[in-house]
Amino acid sequence: MTATTQHAPPAALPATAPASAHRTRKAARRRRLGACGALMAPFFALLVTVFLIPVGTAVYLSFHSDDHPGLGFGNARTVFVGVRSYTAVLTDPTFLSGLGTVALYCLIYIPLMVLGSLALALLLDSGVVRLRASAQLGLFLPHAVPGIIAALIWLYLYTPGISPVIELFAKADITIDFLGLHTVLPSIVNIALWSNLGYNMVVFYAALQAVPREVIEAAVVDGAGPVRTALQVKTPLVRASIVTVAMFTLVWGLQLFTEPMLLSQSSPMINSRFSPSMYIYDAAFTRNNYSLAAAASVVLLLFTIALSYGVTRWTSRLDRAEEASR
Amino acid sequence: MSTADSTLPRPRLLGRATVNVVVALSVLYTLLPVLWLVLAAGKTRDALFSSDILSFKDFAFGQNLHDLFAMDGGQYGRWYLNSLLYAVLGAAIGALVSVACGYAFDKYRFRHKEKLFGLVLAAVMVPQTVLALPLYLMASGTGLVNTFWAVFIPVLFNPFGVYLGRIFSQGYVPDEVLEAARIDGAGELTTYARVALRMLGPGLVTVFLFQLTAIWNNFFLPMVMLSDQDLYPVSLGLYTWNSSATVTPDYYPVVIMGSLLAVLPLILAFALLQRFWRSGLTAGSVK
Repeated sequence: MTATTQHAPPAALPATAPASAHRTRKAARRRRLGACGALMAPFFALLVTVFLIPVGTAVYLSFHSDDHPGLGFGNARTVFVGVRSYTAVLTDPTFLSGLGTVALYCLIYIPLMVLGSLALALLLDSGVVRLRASAQLGLFLPHAVPGIIAALIWLYLYTPGISPVIELFAKADITIDFLGLHTVLPSIVNIALWSNLGYNMVVFYAALQAVPREVIEAAVVDGAGPVRTALQVKTPLVRASIVTVAMFTLVWGLQLFTEPMLLSQSSPMINSRFSPSMYIYDAAFTRNNYSLAAAASVVLLLFTIALSYGVTRWTSRLDRAEEASR
Repeated sequence: MSTADSTLPRPRLLGRATVNVVVALSVLYTLLPVLWLVLAAGKTRDALFSSDILSFKDFAFGQNLHDLFAMDGGQYGRWYLNSLLYAVLGAAIGALVSVACGYAFDKYRFRHKEKLFGLVLAAVMVPQTVLALPLYLMASGTGLVNTFWAVFIPVLFNPFGVYLGRIFSQGYVPDEVLEAARIDGAGELTTYARVALRMLGPGLVTVFLFQLTAIWNNFFLPMVMLSDQDLYPVSLGLYTWNSSATVTPDYYPVVIMGSLLAVLPLILAFALLQRFWRSGLTAGSVK
């Protein structure tokens, strides 16, 4: 950590100012920077060891490979292999299908999540909901359920013989297989939705509470009904929160791992390379192919950066268009 | 005007009813699976598979609880303590480290500050799974793999906490207070520890709670780092037991009971600290 001061334009010191005052000010500035460094040092030590070095290592590994001379016996030598691992990853149909799976997953999950939690927040903010605090607490409860346990609960609710849901459907003469070829992805979306809906609702609700009441009153005076007030006055005002929630949902969605990993214990529809994260895990710890796993990691990282950059650019362009139209 | 007045209440009443029904259905959607977990935790193995969830014929809550802590030589109790240690200690240290850094970002000026802050924000966006393999290799290189530290050190890193810390510092610690302390001749770090940290209290609790949840949820990292079952957190332990359950159904009741108990600490933490995290959410989302 290096901390340097912003070089202020040399202050025109009065000629009579004693040199010692200048010296004490300099000493004070040095003390401040020392304190700043001390406060930041622990975090940046972590940033370097568990973030920068690992990212660097992943990039390095993706361009190198262990070369085993003499049929895999003898000491391994690390050799530069260029983009060979990248070619291998990007031509591997299992990796591409995993990428396609998370893309489809995000395409279903993000709109449902953002619209669902925003709609609930708007309804709760409308002032006509009874027992609002209890409703909020109930909706928020799944956030306190760890991801793996949410997946466990739903896995049991998807399992014939245990699940009361399937039993209920059976009574209505409907056979439903939640873990079938076409239902397994929506089933995973449902788990994620259940876990995070209430949390994002609270985020939106908090943002809606910050909307000035005068703005809403003005809309009502202008004759806007509750639905129009919600959609055309409140929603645009919490746009920043919508972007934040969409962004976090995207980043988490691309990492999809816990839910399919658990469901794969019970469903043959989920193989060990179902999502890119599972592909990385499989490549690194089942097949011990570190350079392949590293290349897949870097591809996933670039994919995430590109998409989140895209979202930021797109929303800031919308913002500009909005300002221009005013 | 009078006709409008007389027709107005009816659609509004209908609207109210619809809104309440939609919210009520959503609450049922979020609550029923948890309720199922509570009910299922009291079932024997056979009753679980008869899916008659509401009958109390084979009530075995106590038996399941006993089985849970007796299974595999009391592994579950150990996992639970591990999780508490990873989560409570990790979140406490992590929150202190992040908030101190966020405070420094807010109160001090130095060259390239915003670029450095950009790096912190970028770290928020990087998937955990991308870092797992290099972290594993680093841990095995230093002999830390399959130890407490292999899981504990990486979870301390919380860049989002730095972001929140900066916002809280802007909101809760007025610059005048620091100026006053400086004029009184107090050292910078003393001022932070004695004055600023106290003002940052609610923010610190919020960051702690966010991180507690994240570490309690942590699954991927322990799975990569640990092979010794004695070091497992609850999440990984239940995952292992659930895979055994597909072969040995005796594990089902204990997995369900274990899941129920694993939900309690976070519910407790959220309930006790409600006052704080609500303000934290506002800070994190509005800005």
